[in-house]
Amino acid sequence: MTAAAPAASTALERYEAVIGIEIHCQLRTASKMFCSCSNAYDGAPPNSHTCPVCLGLPGALPTINRAAVEGVIATGIAIGATTPAATRWDRKNYFYPDLPKGYQISQYDLPLAAHGRLAVETSAGPFVVGIQRAHLEEDTAKLIHGSDADGRRTSLIDFNRSGAPLMEIVTEPSIRTAEQARRYAEELQLLLRTIGVSGADMERGQMRVEANVSLRPRGTEPFGTRVEVKNMNSFRSVERAIAFEIQRQAVALDAGEVLTQDTRGWDDNRGVTYVMRSKEDSHDYRYFPEPDLPPLRVAPEWIEAVRAGLPELPAARRARYVDALGLSAYDAGVIAGQPDLTTAFEAIRAAGPGLSPKEVANFVTGDYGRALNESAERGPAGLVGRTSAPELADLLGRVERGELSRTNAREVFASHAATGETAAAIVEEKGFHQISDSSALGATIEAVLAANPAAITDHRAGKPALGFLVGQVMKATRGQANAELAGKLLRERLDGAGDGPA
Amino acid sequence: MASDPTDLTRRYAHELADGLRSGAFSAREVTDAHLAAAERDNRGLHAWLTIDASTARRQADAADQTLAAARSEGPAALAALPALLGLPVALKDLVSVEGGQCTAGSRILEGYHAPYDAHITERLRASGAVLLGKTNMDEFAMGSSTEHSAFGPTSNPWDLDRVPGGSSGGSAAAVAAFNAPFGIGTDTGGSIRQPAGLCGIVGMKPTYGRVSRYGIVAFASSLDQIGPFARDSRDAAALLHAVAGRDERDSTSAPMPVPDSLLGLAASDDAAAGALRGKRLGLPREYFVAGMEPGVEARVREAVAALETAGAIVEEVSLPHTEYGLATYYIVAPAEASANLARYDGIRYGPGRRDGDTLANVLATRGEGFGAEVKRRIMLGTYALSAGYYDAFYLKAQKVRTLIKADFDRLWADGFDALVAPTSPTVAFRFGARLADPVAMYLSDACTLPVNMAGLPGVSIPCGLSEGLPVGLQLIGAPWTEAELFGLARGYEAITADAPWRSVEPAQLAQAADPAGPTPAERAAGLAA
Amino acid sequence: MASLSRDDVAHVAHLARLGLTEAELGRLEGELNHILDQYGRLTELDTDAIAPTAQTIELENILRDDVVAPSLSQAAALANAAAARDGFIVVSAVLDRGD
Repeated sequence: MTAAAPAASTALERYEAVIGIEIHCQLRTASKMFCSCSNAYDGAPPNSHTCPVCLGLPGALPTINRAAVEGVIATGIAIGATTPAATRWDRKNYFYPDLPKGYQISQYDLPLAAHGRLAVETSAGPFVVGIQRAHLEEDTAKLIHGSDADGRRTSLIDFNRSGAPLMEIVTEPSIRTAEQARRYAEELQLLLRTIGVSGADMERGQMRVEANVSLRPRGTEPFGTRVEVKNMNSFRSVERAIAFEIQRQAVALDAGEVLTQDTRGWDDNRGVTYVMRSKEDSHDYRYFPEPDLPPLRVAPEWIEAVRAGLPELPAARRARYVDALGLSAYDAGVIAGQPDLTTAFEAIRAAGPGLSPKEVANFVTGDYGRALNESAERGPAGLVGRTSAPELADLLGRVERGELSRTNAREVFASHAATGETAAAIVEEKGFHQISDSSALGATIEAVLAANPAAITDHRAGKPALGFLVGQVMKATRGQANAELAGKLLRERLDGAGDGPA
Repeated sequence: MASDPTDLTRRYAHELADGLRSGAFSAREVTDAHLAAAERDNRGLHAWLTIDASTARRQADAADQTLAAARSEGPAALAALPALLGLPVALKDLVSVEGGQCTAGSRILEGYHAPYDAHITERLRASGAVLLGKTNMDEFAMGSSTEHSAFGPTSNPWDLDRVPGGSSGGSAAAVAAFNAPFGIGTDTGGSIRQPAGLCGIVGMKPTYGRVSRYGIVAFASSLDQIGPFARDSRDAAALLHAVAGRDERDSTSAPMPVPDSLLGLAASDDAAAGALRGKRLGLPREYFVAGMEPGVEARVREAVAALETAGAIVEEVSLPHTEYGLATYYIVAPAEASANLARYDGIRYGPGRRDGDTLANVLATRGEGFGAEVKRRIMLGTYALSAGYYDAFYLKAQKVRTLIKADFDRLWADGFDALVAPTSPTVAFRFGARLADPVAMYLSDACTLPVNMAGLPGVSIPCGLSEGLPVGLQLIGAPWTEAELFGLARGYEAITADAPWRSVEPAQLAQAADPAGPTPAERAAGLAA
Repeated sequence: MASLSRDDVAHVAHLARLGLTEAELGRLEGELNHILDQYGRLTELDTDAIAPTAQTIELENILRDDVVAPSLSQAAALANAAAARDGFIVVSAVLDRGD
């Protein structure tokens, strides 16, 4: 079905959306959650990363991966959640071919993190998303649906993903708009990447977003019928799917329809949600404490040790960039919003503490950012191509001191990124020495003026010709002229400061 | 049948170990003798589901090479040999052995070959043991008679019309019938101690966490323990010593040191008997239950009197929540089992049905693959955990479990060294006698299952015969006191060493060996008719 | 205590994914109710102030370092499966979502 747009716009005025988001994130550990199989199965042949534990063979028993537990503790700290002193594991019982044991080891009433929050910026201003809980569990196998040679419908199972560590983060039903939902998902992705617990790549299934959407008449308290929306594989589809679902429900409610508690999937091509399964009878997961695993006692010292290992979080970083470094809120947001940019910005600042933060920010968001888009190569420190922080700092220092023009600097950067050669060597090799001496530029300026009388006429008639003339000076000096100085001298020369060189 | 003194199968494991080291006989001879007995008796007893003669002989030959090398090196090398070198062991068919079938007594695992070794299998290999084969059991260890095996029942060598107890009935019968000097069982509510009692041998359930469960097909995870069978306490203690200890693959296996005293139980009867002096033993009055056979009670009380005569101090004590043990157990164990057995869907292993859609196939696979008792317990457990009943059943049972455990804790705090009780209220019963009424079958474990609920060690040792059938005496200890329990058991063996019943062999061994005699399944069918 | 109807028995059987015959359902209805009767005595005990015991062993924080160990070969992983193709385990079309 498609929603009738005019009806929707009026319907939306009468209803308020109540949205909760559940996000499953695969944790970036070396081994799986409850066994020592490698967690790096992406692209591996099917069923090549399994063992008795993650295949659910008779007699196999789980063991807890410390790094995964600490990943959730770290996330809890980052969202300001509390970790209860005692937590435990529970079995969630249900049958499905992708669940080898017939139960999933999860956490039911004692999650590793509870009562957190995450602040996001939206077009309507800042918004704080309440987070109910974050807990640890194991992923299921991957099912591929198809048919066999005789045309019989079959499913193929690959257990490589079975038992991968999975963190589930559940918000309070405190989200009201599709944009808030998308911004929350984006901000959470940034947070998880910053603290390094998850790749959180939606396209690769490392981060799976589900939304619970219900509507209620504005000004009323009780929740309406809740619909679960799945299959949103990008941030854009999160926003589109929820927006669609709000409209669909509003129109349906206005038409007097009774909504059913369905699970719906998002069809990105058609831009609609569709019923995946209806809630025939409620799930009965028969949770009970996992007898194969002793409980966890998370002492304050353990939490503090994890906290000590955390990097600066995005929100604090943005604030520092603006307050202490004087960056614009926009630049601060861009740099703190992309771990690659953050890495470069921090590394160059560390290598060149005397550099102007704004200059470094301009470079990182400009030339460096373009290089990131053009090359997938990253060095050991996470910098693009073969670049190194001391060389980049040296390069920016030369520009700041007026020894190297921005035009030449761009070329030095490109060459450094490609070869890893030092800035000094490249500058030497190419003979890039910025001409910042007025007397040295005088003859060139005279020659350019002599060759372009029409431009002089234009300038004096108030037409914009100065940029053209500066360009001619740059060309004549193979980019080595200090462009600012050239402009200044040209202006002086043309605007009657004298007839000849000073 | 009078036993042949040269018959290696009549020797205790510690005697075999001595003879192997001295070169009196070879490991190959020991293994061949036991293989011959096992193969000969398996028609009449059906203790074994698999007898792996070629692998066993290979392991025996390897042991002989190790023995020869050590003998040529000298006494120090001999003394350093692993304890179980060249000694045959019977494994209950829920212990994973790499490449071997592991059915847990169920059709649903027919044809499944484990791709890995259980922890105890690794330990037995490291200790030089010879793995003779896999023994019969109640399906998924659910039962007290081995009649719930999908592959037919096992007979008790004392009376072939009777059950050996269960669920580890195959291992118990094999050891009692001299098919192996010792064997491995598992005990969730009495499945080692009860068949040990009914077959007249020694069987111990260690403290929960003492032996790794990794690679053991699970029944009820918070109750299951692995333990030894043998014909005397020294052998049982040595086998426990070989398999016990922390295993990082079982998170519930305890980082407790395994005392070497398990290997050093007193060889002399005088020393063993002397150790009983001053021991404070509790006699729980609730374990002398209604329905207990008079002959069983008489043997147990005689044993208690003998212990007192030897200097032990016996006091009657109370474990007031004992009467709630059965109901509690039959909620907790089925609940855990209902989840543990959910993995048997015929997809990754086992003979799965493939003709319908996946749901239909799973329903059919499980409906056809599980036997009646397993289905009953899965149903009970699923119900006890289901929405609306969790608090009334599962949570309530977990709370009563606290009370049952506290009963025991009070006695340990009072300074008791151990408790003495019957293992089972009755001697071995006839095939079919308790199949019609599940609750009657469950009562077989009334004296053993509280020990599992509390996670304690318990050992059953023979204490005489009633109507020609063995009676078991149960010793229950505080956590981690297996060595002390074996010390008491050894003391009791010493003070009863000359008792006439000690020299009585299982009465129907000869019939079991009759190649034309009826199988246990035929006997059971005959009794049912 | 609770008494199970025939429908309850069928529902529990479905939760447990046990394909039972009508005869089995009928027999289980009687047996389960008989066993549940024995459970009734637990209600005699006041356990409001009692903490549940899920495990008798007093261990906590048994954790494994995040180190990779070898997996089974693909052949070993598939060896026991009734149907495998191209390295995958094959099942018939999946129609229901487990509850």
